Amino acid sequence: MRIATAKETYIADEGLLTTNTQRAWMIVLALVLALAPFVLNAYWLYLACLVAINVASATGLNILTGYTGLVSLGQAAFMAVGAYAVAFLDGHLGTPFLLNILAAGLIAAAVGVLVGVPSLRVKGLYLAIATIAASFILHFVFTNWVSVTGGMSGVNVAPARLFGIELASPFALYFVIVPVTALMVLGAANLFRTRIGRAFIAIRDRDISAEVLGIPLLQYKLMSFALSSFYAGVAGGMWAYFFRVVTPESFPFATSIFFLAAVIVGGLGTILGPILGAAFMTLVPELLKYVVEWLGPVFPNAGAALSPVRTIVFGALIIFFLVFEPQGLAEIVRRVRRFFHLWPFKT
Amino acid sequence: MRPAPGPLAPAHLAVSGLSLSFGGLKALTDVSFEVRPGTITALIGPNGAGKTSLFNCISGFYRPREGYIRLDARDITATHPPARAKAGLARTFQNIALFKGMTVLDNIKLGRHAHMRTNLLEALFYWGAARREEMDLRAEVERRIIDFLEIDHIRNKPVASLSYGLQKRVELARALAMRPRLLMLDEPVAGMNREETEDMARFILDVKEEWGISILMVEHDMGMVMDISDHVVVLNFGKVIAQGPPVEVQGDPQVAAAYLGSGNPAELMRRLSAIGEAA
Ligand SMILES: Nc1ncnc2c1ncn2[C@@H]1O[C@H](COP(=O)(O)OP(=O)(O)OP(=O)(O)O)[C@@H](O)[C@H]1O
Ligand SMILES: [Mg+2]
Repeated sequence: MRIATAKETYIADEGLLTTNTQRAWMIVLALVLALAPFVLNAYWLYLACLVAINVASATGLNILTGYTGLVSLGQAAFMAVGAYAVAFLDGHLGTPFLLNILAAGLIAAAVGVLVGVPSLRVKGLYLAIATIAASFILHFVFTNWVSVTGGMSGVNVAPARLFGIELASPFALYFVIVPVTALMVLGAANLFRTRIGRAFIAIRDRDISAEVLGIPLLQYKLMSFALSSFYAGVAGGMWAYFFRVVTPESFPFATSIFFLAAVIVGGLGTILGPILGAAFMTLVPELLKYVVEWLGPVFPNAGAALSPVRTIVFGALIIFFLVFEPQGLAEIVRRVRRFFHLWPFKT
Repeated sequence: MRPAPGPLAPAHLAVSGLSLSFGGLKALTDVSFEVRPGTITALIGPNGAGKTSLFNCISGFYRPREGYIRLDARDITATHPPARAKAGLARTFQNIALFKGMTVLDNIKLGRHAHMRTNLLEALFYWGAARREEMDLRAEVERRIIDFLEIDHIRNKPVASLSYGLQKRVELARALAMRPRLLMLDEPVAGMNREETEDMARFILDVKEEWGISILMVEHDMGMVMDISDHVVVLNFGKVIAQGPPVEVQGDPQVAAAYLGSGNPAELMRRLSAIGEAA
């Protein structure tokens, strides 16, 4: 049984983790993440890295769409910008790994600002269409700016090196990708404790009265676009070092939909949402693959028959969550936490 | 630590020759009046007279066709709303414009936005200055605003869960967090019961006296207008038809005519207070 403690000071109240239980869980999570690479096999480590990359990008999209209310279908294109930036910097300039990833974020942010310009005039579906248009323009650039992007055949990326160590395996990259993603999530959580995060939410909820409160709309909308694409760029940069080849088809338009689905399924406008959503969207198809394999001996020829079923089940799961938990997976977690928090008292 | 802000000088607002039209409809015609520093000016008039439109011109949503608006010596007629907020203008809305999903505390904190300095990088790291600024804000909001408006018990509640009267109070709190020098209130007690109205009237008077803020207020509740305002401006069909101290305006036959179509001030008072009760 636990009883809510009276908050004596604002300092405690303004913290990210307000109870000892939360702190304890966070330590457990950090330990699990630190020890996981020593337990998981190569395949699961590969998936863990992929989830982390997707969490980073989804967290960025959530800042823009979930918190600022600007719907974007350009996240994959911004990731591609980051991935190409890494490929170019690494291949042509030979600058260091972490610097390249940071630069990938900054370059994607600059492109994001350009794409965000229409957001002052258009909203909702119209803005979504504008970001789709931008994605296609970027795709055109990727295929045709051969000297930088290598055209249709793309560019190869050498393995990342950090302090003289080559990071080629998922095992090695895990120790960079997961901490970077964790820092990015922490950054997002911090942001929404400050005036800038509040301004984003204000713009989402009522942009007219946000202006009266002294929030310049264009500046903040562009800032949100910049930040969101920075996250995408860093994620794309990590992706490039992870897969080591970037082509125009590395980030198809469907990937943008993947990210939008991830933040919606996870829970728009929550920090936990994109983490859960990206994990769900990345892992569930894999888990369904296991189920199919497992059914193999029971139903001969299951592989061929069941793989379309797998896609259908995945789609149905997404629809299920949209219908029964429109607030997303984060809301389910919140309810469970609340239950245990008040347990054994009835809620 | 950044120095604590000293008391701010109440602003002087001058509106001169303001005209505004929507297509063919003349919403405002040659409107001129002043809000003197440290006073409460009430803006009254029948429904559709143009009061809210006038507010929207002053806060920068509508661009008047003619005329100018000055805050102290500065012409703000053409500036954007955020710049006006920075210059010391704050307002509440006739149909409450709070951020419904946010808590009371976050809504109030939003009011301070224009006076804070944390940039994007500092915000992501929440180190040093950013953290200090947030803590200072929290302390000040607690001490000066939440205590003053007696909303301690709801600070962590989402705004959507509050009663209408409390929402109006939170909107006042948010406006006060803006450190205004001129506070504009659009029907601050509409829809409130007697007790809530009296509380609000007391808060408004305290804001004027203790915070030293000039106030411009649109209100239909005549009892309250006569009680607390120093100056009354009467608008009808977009024109100023009378202005002066409450007692003078109260007896003005033109004002009575505007409300009633008759020239009987006693009948006017009866009707006006009826409007106040009904609203
Ligand atoms: N955005 C707009 N477009 C067109 N006409 C408008 C607009 N805003 C207001 N009006 C018109 O301008 C006139 C003045 O409206 P306004 O809302 O300023 O009146 P008000 O004095 O605030 O009335 P109330 O006491 O009912 O709040 C009305 O005839 C209204 O229909
Ligand atoms: Mg009005």
